[in-house]
Amino acid sequence: MSEAIANQPDLLVIGAGPAGMSAATMAADLGLDVDLIDEARTPGGQVYRAAPPGLPPTTPTADHIAGDKLREALSKSTANYHGGTRVWFTAPDLTVAGTGPQGPLTWAPRAIILASGTTERIVPVPGVTLPGVVGLAGATILLKAHQALPGERTVVAGAGPLLAAVAAGIIKGGGGVVAIVDLAARDEWLSRLPIMLGRPDLLRQGLQWRRLIRKAKVPYLYGHAVTRVVGNGVVEAVEATAVDKDARKQGTGQTRRFDCDALAIGHGLVPTTDLSRLFGAAHDYRQVAGGWVVRVDIDQQTSVPGLFAAGDGTGVSGAAAATIEGELAALAAAHHLGQLDSAAFDTRAAPIRRRLARARRFGAAMAGLMAMRDGLIDHATPETVICRCEDITRADIDAAVAAGARSLNQLKTALRCGMGPCQGRMCGEATAALVAQGAGADRTTVGQWTGRAPIRPIPLADLVGDYTYDDIPTPPPAPA
Amino acid sequence: MKRIDGPSRPPLVQIEVQGRQIEAYEGESLAVALGVAGHVHLRDSQVAGTPRGAFCMMGVCQECAVTVDGRRMEACGTSVRAGMVVQLGYET
Repeated sequence: MSEAIANQPDLLVIGAGPAGMSAATMAADLGLDVDLIDEARTPGGQVYRAAPPGLPPTTPTADHIAGDKLREALSKSTANYHGGTRVWFTAPDLTVAGTGPQGPLTWAPRAIILASGTTERIVPVPGVTLPGVVGLAGATILLKAHQALPGERTVVAGAGPLLAAVAAGIIKGGGGVVAIVDLAARDEWLSRLPIMLGRPDLLRQGLQWRRLIRKAKVPYLYGHAVTRVVGNGVVEAVEATAVDKDARKQGTGQTRRFDCDALAIGHGLVPTTDLSRLFGAAHDYRQVAGGWVVRVDIDQQTSVPGLFAAGDGTGVSGAAAATIEGELAALAAAHHLGQLDSAAFDTRAAPIRRRLARARRFGAAMAGLMAMRDGLIDHATPETVICRCEDITRADIDAAVAAGARSLNQLKTALRCGMGPCQGRMCGEATAALVAQGAGADRTTVGQWTGRAPIRPIPLADLVGDYTYDDIPTPPPAPA
Repeated sequence: MKRIDGPSRPPLVQIEVQGRQIEAYEGESLAVALGVAGHVHLRDSQVAGTPRGAFCMMGVCQECAVTVDGRRMEACGTSVRAGMVVQLGYET
């Protein structure tokens, strides 16, 4: 039997995207004993996801190159990477339990940096559960990590810079893009041009994508939303209609139909807060930053002593800002642990803060395009499935709200909404929007789901490890 | 789903899906291997029994859960191994 002895590094970094990789590298370089854990076997997170072994990208993109640079620095540092590790439990005393390739793992570190990243917001419309519909972020993973296309003819829909990235990636990969359906009006993009000029590298990349799209003569529908996915068992067509800035139907409501065999759809990124909720940290609702975010001070310290957070989990700012926030959090954690005195911390933090302010300006401009739009939920009809895990429809949720439900937790009790295998990560945004609208309440009042372990589905056998029947201590029989 | 032509890929191996042999590249995502082989429909939902397929591709939504060698796994995060036996989550 394996006794679960807690690992006790100085610092545990959870999440190996840009923020986590840079935090772990810098903390190790500052002399801390660092463990870095992530679900993926190779560090990178979603944006810098590494290609599987034996499948190198034919033409590495800027993301591949930036990711490789961070991976190289990490591998040269003394930080220990534990890939394939899933965290299922955390506590305010900084205890962390997970399962890895070798079985159950526990940590009792002196400090933690949480770099949880984001989940994609996909506000449901009729038919969105059909096979052939993938998330927009999921489509980037197909393209970048798996060298695969969502289908032969794909409609790309939703909001933000991923739209052009995915469409261009599909075209470059030899696939067909039937149409791009962008929630944002053209002037929402144009108004951000001055800020985009501050990042000529990203602007140039964006313009290259647009050129590819124009050359392929793909219709680009600004200020439009997908209102229905049609198909018998699999996606066959998508309907789109013109919308205003809040994503509400406008004009004559005329719909356009596009035949396709795949739809990549995503309405922006939502900071992942399941672990920070379970740690008992304070959160704030900031719509333009993506929704609920874990509250951090200017040193990335959360309300829980010794728990720091960095990257998009603290508000969507993009990979460049996340990388810098990781450095700042590492410095702050080292300071907290007595590895850096206040003077050394201030000297080293000042230039990082200046770089961070610049990176955040661009990130915030893009995040604004990807923020929740209040009218999006109006496209869900009563029959539309909102909670995919439990097959709960809009009509079910509307009825529960009419019966008095005023918070996400009340809805969970009434309907099991958010209690399925995804633990509310896919439906949280749509459900909260429905409750807010139906109850005439704001999102702060509607709240978040209470964090509950296990936060990811894990087989019971993985928790128990190789503990068997023979390991159960049997007291000697009482004397007769 | 469709694989992009061009990039060099790891060796082809055989895996069993619904009792039939299909070819897939060793180490690639099982969700891709299944999608390319025409298995876009991976399971039926638990309550209403409506068809579902790979959706988030990052291990969050659990829509692509299939049975691999007797264990329930997310197809998106499972790497193809020679000889793996895959059962999809619907009645045939």
